[in-house]
Amino acid sequence: MQGLDFSVVAPYVDILLMGTWWTAILTVSAGALSFVGGIIFAVVVLYAPAIVAYPVRLFMWVFMGTPLLLQLFLIYFGLVQIGIDIPALVAGIVGLGLHFAVYNADVLRAGIVAVDFGQTEGARSIGFGKWQTLRYVVIPQAVRNTIPPIGGNMIALLKESAIVSVIGIAELVHSAQLAISETFRPFEFYITAAALYYLLNLVLEAGLRRFERNVEISR
Amino acid sequence: MSMQRPMVEVRGARKSFGAAEVLKGIDLSVDRGQIVAVIGPSGSGKSTLLRSINHLEALDSGEVWLDGMQVNQPLHGQAFERHINKVRQQMGMVFQHFNLFPHLTVLDNITMGPVILKGMSKSEAHALAHGLLSKVGLADKIDAYPSRLSGGQKQRVAIARALAMQPKVMLFDEATSALDPELVDEVNAVMKKLAAEHMTMLIVTHEMRFAGEVADRVLFMDGGVVVEEGPPSEMFRAPQKERTRTFLKKYLSA
Repeated sequence: MQGLDFSVVAPYVDILLMGTWWTAILTVSAGALSFVGGIIFAVVVLYAPAIVAYPVRLFMWVFMGTPLLLQLFLIYFGLVQIGIDIPALVAGIVGLGLHFAVYNADVLRAGIVAVDFGQTEGARSIGFGKWQTLRYVVIPQAVRNTIPPIGGNMIALLKESAIVSVIGIAELVHSAQLAISETFRPFEFYITAAALYYLLNLVLEAGLRRFERNVEISR
Repeated sequence: MSMQRPMVEVRGARKSFGAAEVLKGIDLSVDRGQIVAVIGPSGSGKSTLLRSINHLEALDSGEVWLDGMQVNQPLHGQAFERHINKVRQQMGMVFQHFNLFPHLTVLDNITMGPVILKGMSKSEAHALAHGLLSKVGLADKIDAYPSRLSGGQKQRVAIARALAMQPKVMLFDEATSALDPELVDEVNAVMKKLAAEHMTMLIVTHEMRFAGEVADRVLFMDGGVVVEEGPPSEMFRAPQKERTRTFLKKYLSA
């Protein structure tokens, strides 16, 4: 039996920080994709003609009803088979991004519907078209009103990003595993990785709170 | 005056919501610079009539004209969208619940239309907004968000927002009904100012006193028809129809 000895971590700090960096990049990129994708999905589901809306709904339903891990395997290993070879990092960002876009779309759809219809009438009465009204009046308000649940999804995304280690992206868990394979000290490295995730989460939460405060000014 | 083309004209307007027919063939004409007040009990169809003029309600039959252009043209899809968006830019609408955009400052509420729809420069739009806010007595609120304003202030901003599009006519849909009594006068004062500038106005209101002061002509609606119309002096002092008398008695004694 070995006692805990965190001095084994020291030589691997660079690798772990590099992993943290890649986790941050993954989270920001996939987060941005999930946000924009969420808005697009929500608008399509609500307003697009059935011929577009139904396939998107089916897609959302499949993405909600199947494991993220499987989706990543499909995107990374599956698509190669039909000639679409994308780098692991891109596959990870797309997989995470689309997976959480579906959750964000659900939240945003409710947010859009909840915007008072008087807002739409106000904009239309000035002469704004349907899409202009959505873009300038309804969606900005829907986004503001759904920041807390969307922020929750972003935090979930940060944590779930660990799963892309399985397709070989050198993010935080992957870096920890690399160090463990050389030192055989899983406890120390996983605890260190957990602490780093927690730190990233604190940064993300601070960012979200700041964003929320800015929005509060207009309330 | 009577020879010129009316600014707003409604012919044979009919509208049903389900089984309830709320407009039963309304005719209405408002001349340039004229101020017409529409009064009547709740459910008389007066708000629906006003909303149908800028097509927030689509008529089942009948025609709406603005300055010689048909508002409810029999177009479809995108063609109608383009048409109605152009027409609405020429009409200012003021709502009972203001419908200001809460995520935008007062300035952006007012300049959004001119900047996006008319391509006005930001600086030009800023000057326009400042001028309009001075007119409604709120120049100091230009950077405030609507949530920081009282109901009366919100409605004055909403009027400024509508005026920013330089409309041919202003439509007021019970503009003071949602306000605390002490805030009604500041909004009425702005409307009187517009009246003095000969803005064409169609005002749906519950306030008989104000209608009497500001309107050139008063329409009394009940049950989806225009029961009686005339200058306020005649309408309020010597209404011809029994229904008008009953309604006014109830309101003026209250």
